[in-house]
Amino acid sequence: MDVLRITTSGSVDDGKSTLIGRLLYDTKSITQDKMEALQAASKRKGLDFTDLSLLTDGLIAEREQGITIDVAHIYFSTPNRKYIIADTPGHFEYTRNMVTGASTAQVSLILIDARKGIVEQTYRHFFIACMLRIPHLVVCINKMDLVEYDEARYNQIVEDFQQLLPGSLYEGKEVKCIPISSLYGENVVTRTEKISWYKGLPLLEFLEEIQFDRNDRNHPARFPIQYVIRPKTEQFHDFRGFAGKIASGSFSVGDTIVSLPNEQKSKIKSIEKFGEQLQDAHAGESVVITLEDEIDISRGNLLVKEGQSQPEGLREVKAQICWMDQNKLTPGKTYLLQHGPTRIKSKVQQITSVTEVTTNRIEEKTEMGLNDIGRIVLKTAQPVFADKYGTNPANGTFILVDEFSNATVAVGFIE
Amino acid sequence: MSSIQWQFPRALEDEAIYILRETAAQFERPAILFSGGKDSITLVRLAQKAFYPGKIPFPLLHVDTGHNFPETIEFRDWLVESLGLELIVRNVQDSINQGKAKEETGKYASRNALQTVTLLDAIEELKFDACIGGARRDEEKARAKERIFSVRDEFGQWNAKMQRPELFDMLNGKINIGENVRVFPISNWTELDVWNYIREEELAIPSIYFSHEREIIERDGMYWPFSPYLNTTEEEVPFRSKVRFRTVGDMTCTAAVLSEADKLEDIIEEILAAKISERGARIDDKRSEAAMEKRKQAGYF
Repeated sequence: MDVLRITTSGSVDDGKSTLIGRLLYDTKSITQDKMEALQAASKRKGLDFTDLSLLTDGLIAEREQGITIDVAHIYFSTPNRKYIIADTPGHFEYTRNMVTGASTAQVSLILIDARKGIVEQTYRHFFIACMLRIPHLVVCINKMDLVEYDEARYNQIVEDFQQLLPGSLYEGKEVKCIPISSLYGENVVTRTEKISWYKGLPLLEFLEEIQFDRNDRNHPARFPIQYVIRPKTEQFHDFRGFAGKIASGSFSVGDTIVSLPNEQKSKIKSIEKFGEQLQDAHAGESVVITLEDEIDISRGNLLVKEGQSQPEGLREVKAQICWMDQNKLTPGKTYLLQHGPTRIKSKVQQITSVTEVTTNRIEEKTEMGLNDIGRIVLKTAQPVFADKYGTNPANGTFILVDEFSNATVAVGFIE
Repeated sequence: MSSIQWQFPRALEDEAIYILRETAAQFERPAILFSGGKDSITLVRLAQKAFYPGKIPFPLLHVDTGHNFPETIEFRDWLVESLGLELIVRNVQDSINQGKAKEETGKYASRNALQTVTLLDAIEELKFDACIGGARRDEEKARAKERIFSVRDEFGQWNAKMQRPELFDMLNGKINIGENVRVFPISNWTELDVWNYIREEELAIPSIYFSHEREIIERDGMYWPFSPYLNTTEEEVPFRSKVRFRTVGDMTCTAAVLSEADKLEDIIEEILAAKISERGARIDDKRSEAAMEKRKQAGYF
C-alpha cells in the first residue's frame, strides 16, 4: 500500500478546513464521538450546520481566533492508499508553514473561492509549488454553491489560472481543475447533478488515480550514512554496517561505490534489513550496507555509485532560500548548514535578490526577514556534497540552524 | 466508500527507523518512554530493526504510576527479559512521598497528570536529552500539530507557537544544556497502521488487549475497570463482563469496551467498524476540549 502526501493551501475563509473535514467525513474517517464533539462545538458557536473546519483547528488560539496557525497533519485511507494531508495556514505571515507542509508533498492542492477568483494568496501558493517542484498540482474552485454552480464563472477562473503557467514548472503539464462545494460535499468524494456540465472526476477519485512514480529512483544513487553499526558481539564480531535511508537512486550488491568526501572506493558486500539479505534497495528505504573493504566511513559520509554523476564538493553554495525566523538574516554571521546528516559552518556572503512572490517580481534587497524568499550565496567551512535541487531534489536541500538559539532559521534549495 | 485498510504501508517503517537512527546519532543519552502499551511495543520493534545486528542503544524508561494493570507489568518484564533490554523504572509514589506531587481526590482521581512530575525528575536525574515516545498525530488534535523532534525547555514545557519547522526529512536536534527533545517516530501512523504492523510483524502484546472477563462498573456511559485504585460511589456496583482495552493507560483512566475479539484480525475488524475514536476511551482527555494541549504545555508527553 502506498502513501500519497498532499499539501493544501488556500486563503482565509476559502473553506480549506471544511474541504478536509469533508474528505474525512465522506470516507468515513471520522468516528461518532468526534462527530458529536463537532456538532456540539458548532452549536456553541451559534452555527446551524456542522462546521467541519473545527476538526483540524487544534490549538486553543486557533479555536479562539477561528484560524489555522500551524501545520496540522491529517490522515485517512481508502482501500487503495493511505493519505497524509499537511494542512497549512492561508495567512500571508505563515509562508514558512506553507513551505514546511509542502516539503514532503507529491500533490499541491490549491483552493480558490469561486466568488473571489484568483487572489494574492493564489500567486503565493503557486510560487511555492513551483519552488518546491511538487509533481502534481490540483486546483479546486470551491464554493460553487455560492455562484449558482455557474459554468462560465468556473471557466473564467480556470482561464485566469492558466495564465500563470507559461514559463513555469507546470507549463505543458496537466494541471487539474475541479469545481466543488466542500460545504455540501459536491464533487469532493461524490459527483453532483448540480455540476453536471463538469465531465471530469471528483477530487478523491482524481487523487486515487494519480500515478506518482518515485522520480527519486531514476536519479543518481545517493546514500548518506546516518549511523555505523558495530555490534562487537561474538556472533557479529567483525560486522561493520552503514545505516541510512537511500536518498535517491538504487544500490545493488556488487556495485562499486565511492565514499565522499574521502573518495575511497569499495564494493557493496551486502544490503540488509533486520537480518534479511536484499539484492538491491531503492530511494526511501532504510537499510544497512556492508562493504568488501575496511575503509574509513562515519556519519556524514555520502556513498555514491561509480560511473554515475557525482556531486562536487561545494565551498560556495548558491541557493534559493525561505527565511523562517523572527530575527532577520545577518550576512557575515555563522549559521550551521545542515545537509542530510552533516552540519557545516557557513556564512551568508551575499543576498542576491528577494522575490515578491505574489507578483513574481525580483527585488534588489539587502535584507531578508521572516517569510521572505530570495537568493543567497553562502561560503562553507567544508565542502557540501549536494546536487542541484532541480536535478536531484532529494540531495539538493539544506536547512540553516542558528548557532545560538538552535532554531531552524531557513530552508535552502541549491541552484 | 469503505475505509478498509488491511495492509501496512512500509514507507512508515522506513521513516520511523530513519528517525530512530537520527536520534541515536544526534543525542548523547536518549531513552524510550515505555508504557507497555501497543505503541511503545511497536517502538521497541522499530528500534530493534534500526540497529540490528547491534543492540538497541538506549534504555527503556517506565514511569510507573503504581496503578498499572498487572498484566502490563508482567508483559513489560517478559519483553525486557526476552530481548535483553535495559529497563529503568521510576515511581510516581516516590514523587508523592517526596511531596513533589499530590494525590488527586474524589471519584475521578487519577495519577495520570502526576506522571509528568516523575518523568521530569527522571529526565533530570538520568540526564536524558531525548525521550522517544509512541504518540501519534491521529490521536488528538494538539498532537496533530507537534513535530517529530519536539523541543522542551528546562521545565519540560511545549511551546506550540515556537516550534521548529521540519522540512523534508531533516531533523534539527540541536539543543542547549537543560533542554530536551521528545521524539515521535510513529507520528504519521494511525491506530490502524499500528495494529496492522503488529499483525504483520507478529508482535506479542499484553493480554488485556484481547477479550477477557473482568469486573467493571458503569460510569458516564463508559465501562471502568474495577480496581482498588478506583474511588467508587455506593451506587456503582461492579459486575462481570467480557471486555477488552483498546488503549492501555492506568486502571483509573482507561475505559474498557465490551468485546468478544480475541484475535488480532477481530480487533482490526472491530476498529474498522468502531464508532468511537481511540482516545474516546481515555478518561484523561475528557476533562476539557484542550486537555491534551494543556498537559503538553506542562511537560506531559
